[in-house]
Amino acid sequence: MMDPILKVENLSVELKTREGTSPVIDELSFELNAGETLSFVGESGCGKSMTALGIMGLLPEKISRVSSGRILFQGEDLASVSQKRLQEIRGNEISMIFQEPMTSLNPVYTIGEQIGEILRRHKGLNRKQSFLQALDLIEAVQIPDPKNKIHSYPFQLSGGQRQRVMIAMALACEPKILVADEPTTALDVTVQAQIFDLLKELRAKTNTAIILITHDMGVVYEMAQKMIVMYAGRKVEEGSVNQVIKSPAHPYTQGLISCVPHLTEKQPEVRERLLEIPGIVPSLTSFGLNKCLFESRCHKSVEKCLSSKPDAQQILGGHKANCWNLGK
Amino acid sequence: MTEKENKEKEEKPRHPLSEVFDMYIRNFSAVCAMLVLIVIIILAIFGPSLYPTDPFEMVWMPFSPPGQEGFLLGTDYLGRDLMAGLVHGARVSILVGISAAFMSVVIGITIGALAGYYRGTVEEILMRLTEFFQVLPTLLFSMVIVALFGASLPMIVIAIGLVSWTAVARITRAEFLRIRELEFVLASRASGASDFRLIFSVILPNALPPIIVQAALMVGSAILFEAGLSFLGLSDPNIVSWGQIIGSNRQYILDASYTVTVPGLAIFITVLAISLVGDGLNDALNPKLRRR
Repeated sequence: MMDPILKVENLSVELKTREGTSPVIDELSFELNAGETLSFVGESGCGKSMTALGIMGLLPEKISRVSSGRILFQGEDLASVSQKRLQEIRGNEISMIFQEPMTSLNPVYTIGEQIGEILRRHKGLNRKQSFLQALDLIEAVQIPDPKNKIHSYPFQLSGGQRQRVMIAMALACEPKILVADEPTTALDVTVQAQIFDLLKELRAKTNTAIILITHDMGVVYEMAQKMIVMYAGRKVEEGSVNQVIKSPAHPYTQGLISCVPHLTEKQPEVRERLLEIPGIVPSLTSFGLNKCLFESRCHKSVEKCLSSKPDAQQILGGHKANCWNLGK
Repeated sequence: MTEKENKEKEEKPRHPLSEVFDMYIRNFSAVCAMLVLIVIIILAIFGPSLYPTDPFEMVWMPFSPPGQEGFLLGTDYLGRDLMAGLVHGARVSILVGISAAFMSVVIGITIGALAGYYRGTVEEILMRLTEFFQVLPTLLFSMVIVALFGASLPMIVIAIGLVSWTAVARITRAEFLRIRELEFVLASRASGASDFRLIFSVILPNALPPIIVQAALMVGSAILFEAGLSFLGLSDPNIVSWGQIIGSNRQYILDASYTVTVPGLAIFITVLAISLVGDGLNDALNPKLRRR
């Protein structure tokens, strides 16, 4: 077996708040192999996006920092390399797609210029070469009429087209890893499906590993091979998508999955109530305490949950969950 | 126009510049001001060759009133042709206005951009510096510079530029503070852009509209400033400018009022035209005022 392309070891990220510092990511570890898609799932505020920004080295300055742990990209620790080296890696070997295609493109440049600029920066192409390659990329992400569209400004494109442009920019230098932070949340469902088809196709072509951040279980099932469920900055369950979705072990994952409405052939007259997870994510001040942070919302909590932080318990193969009360 | 064409026109979003142009065209006073300004600029460029009389030469009796003896605007206290002074002086006034405004825009953008982008200590130092320049009495400060380093044209431009960049710096900083938090800046950073690139080719182009307006208005105030300095005698004696004509004739304001009125009107019209153009640009570039 080959070495993983990205290996995150015990990563902790601190966030400064008025009450003090709290670990928004608490000792997170995972591995990502080439060509694989790993999905992060969880409620808002559980540290999914911070994980993405942490990998990119784009944590909000001054209020947050990597406090411990390593992010090994092909053996190089991204948490401690220089800014200059990070700038070389970003957009070239690791790139990112953002949630809001409406606002993530620079409004004053044409899309051709924006794609071309990345190619000139990282690949040292000249203006003409970068233009031709940008044209190829726009064609590859299936935007109709590329010869004209390359001269359009972002405001002249629809949301789906803009997200395609973002994908073209992210894949311009054929990165080893693509971080997609809720890439389709702002788009409607049909466009969503098209974007995922496109991502799958490009993944097959370039063997790019994808880190997919989402809260949509359907998307996870469709796109990813492995998934990590996060809660309050901690990993609570990890495993292959099939294992986790078919037999979720952690009470939080079980709740999360039962929250998803199902489309059935015959809708019953009185709809079944969707299960919800009672309570809310604990406040930032309690992050990092030596206890199970899900305890207050859990129907299976035992005394031990209050006194110590749960370790990863192996269930089957790579399927692990951090809970003291598995299967009891 | 057929219905289909009509529909197509509605569907295709228009280029922002053409929208700005439309918005400007609709502003009557701004269009008039633009025309006046174009005439003045043409006069400044081609005037001296069309009206080659030397503005320093004594051509006729002193104090001959306008329209008499073949001199359209009359002569001043030394018998110099006022029309020649007006035509030749336009060049200097406008040149000083534009280059001083350009200088203060360059200084202001650099300081404002660095302060707004880096925040923290850099911002603290640069903004304190800006405030220091803001509280200096501007006329006094530029008089000191000119008096110390001599009243040559470049020195006057530098003196005016040095005292008027603060507004640009503050506007640029404010725009940077707003734009640096937008998502496309983070996206550019994620694609590996350096700080230099982020400042000058990602954020700055988006911050330009209010800076352009401010720069246009500053050309007007720089012309006024130059006239003020010349009026006080702080101007290059070998170069004629509108302010200088007023300054040298000020003792005769009661005997021959036209000698100061004529160049005064020229300054008034030019600065008014520039202000109206600036105002028109402000309305056209400000998206909140559009489509009202």
